[in-house]
Amino acid sequence: MLDTSLSWNDIFFLLRGASVTLSLTAWAVLGGTALGLIFGIVRAGGPIWASSLLGAVLDVFRSVPLLIQFVLINSFKSILGLDWSAFFVACLTLSIYTAAYCTEVVRSGVLAVPKSTRRAARSLGMTYTQDLTSIVLPMATRVMLPSWIGLTLGVMKDTALVLWIGIVELLRASQTIITRIQEPMLVLAVAGLLYFLMSYPLARLGARLERKWKRQ
Amino acid sequence: MLHGALVSLEIAALSMVVGTGIAVFLALSKRSSNQLLIGFSNLWIGTARNTPALFQIYMVYFGLGSLGIYIDSASALLIGIAFNNAGYLAETFRGGLEAIPGTQLRAARSLGMKPALAMRLVVLPQMFRIVFHATTNQMVWALLMTSLGVVVGMTDDLAGVTQELNVRTFRTFEYFIVAAAIYYALAKIFTGSARLLSWRLFRY
Repeated sequence: MLDTSLSWNDIFFLLRGASVTLSLTAWAVLGGTALGLIFGIVRAGGPIWASSLLGAVLDVFRSVPLLIQFVLINSFKSILGLDWSAFFVACLTLSIYTAAYCTEVVRSGVLAVPKSTRRAARSLGMTYTQDLTSIVLPMATRVMLPSWIGLTLGVMKDTALVLWIGIVELLRASQTIITRIQEPMLVLAVAGLLYFLMSYPLARLGARLERKWKRQ
Repeated sequence: MLHGALVSLEIAALSMVVGTGIAVFLALSKRSSNQLLIGFSNLWIGTARNTPALFQIYMVYFGLGSLGIYIDSASALLIGIAFNNAGYLAETFRGGLEAIPGTQLRAARSLGMKPALAMRLVVLPQMFRIVFHATTNQMVWALLMTSLGVVVGMTDDLAGVTQELNVRTFRTFEYFIVAAAIYYALAKIFTGSARLLSWRLFRY
């Protein structure tokens, strides 16, 4: 039963794939959160034309399959004749995709801060920026963090799609090994276990935070 | 391509129906006292929610293939998405069930209803009302997930047809932007009709 041609080298290959998955996730979440914060604040409190325009544009990224977005941005890059690496294209696409979701998370967080609290801050003489950074964002973080963790996990799972534009991440690495040793069940089980190990602890943390903060 | 869109829509709808059915079962068995049932649904929900959808489709397509069960890519896609939907919906439904006071079930039981009847007539309709919005979101997700079929070699759904045309003509951007527009339109039709439906169904 334990007769397999899966070697230690293959396991290392898979782990390297997993590290690509993680670094893609990190970049995408970093870029996406930075963009999402700005967009979210505009969506929550900016002028109505900017808010609705931004909402409509970001909605497109949430209603078109990520796979198609990858192909589109990848071919758009070729049309413009830019010399970007596939990794950069993947990060860019994922960042925009993450930002589209993060914006809504931030928006609902900011809107969850009562208007009277913000007015109180302003009447104490705080400037708009001070109000934003020391009153609104700390309070909004409480509301945002659980769904932000959920978003991060979602993005990590969505990075699997970059295999379509030719990046060797965890799933693609397992496919490569499958082609060689022809034991799909075993290799996929190992890959699945790796995904599970990366995602499950964070998922538990998110659920616990949500429960804890809901009680207060 | 429009025919491809129809195929995508079919798969999404079918996976949603199957997924909802399994999700109700999973959510109910998670609340039961049977350890075996609880373990089973925890395993299902944990796997479905913590691994990529594409991985699940791979597992069905390549994994089952190695066990001697060969299925075509369309069914693999359908089973994969249904599996995924069931996992996510089960969590949603569990939340919905928790929101229904236990007194409702007891009241129904004291009126002489059998457990299954009380579940069907009293608890589940209320639950579906609570989770309606989350379920429509999942429906849009299911539609977007059908685009993964192309990775396991599907050629007749929207993404597959587009890829076929792309390979034949190398006009990647043109074809895929049309596909994106169709997906967007479909997603909007979904959410729009869901809003109409909820307005029609849930007014008092």
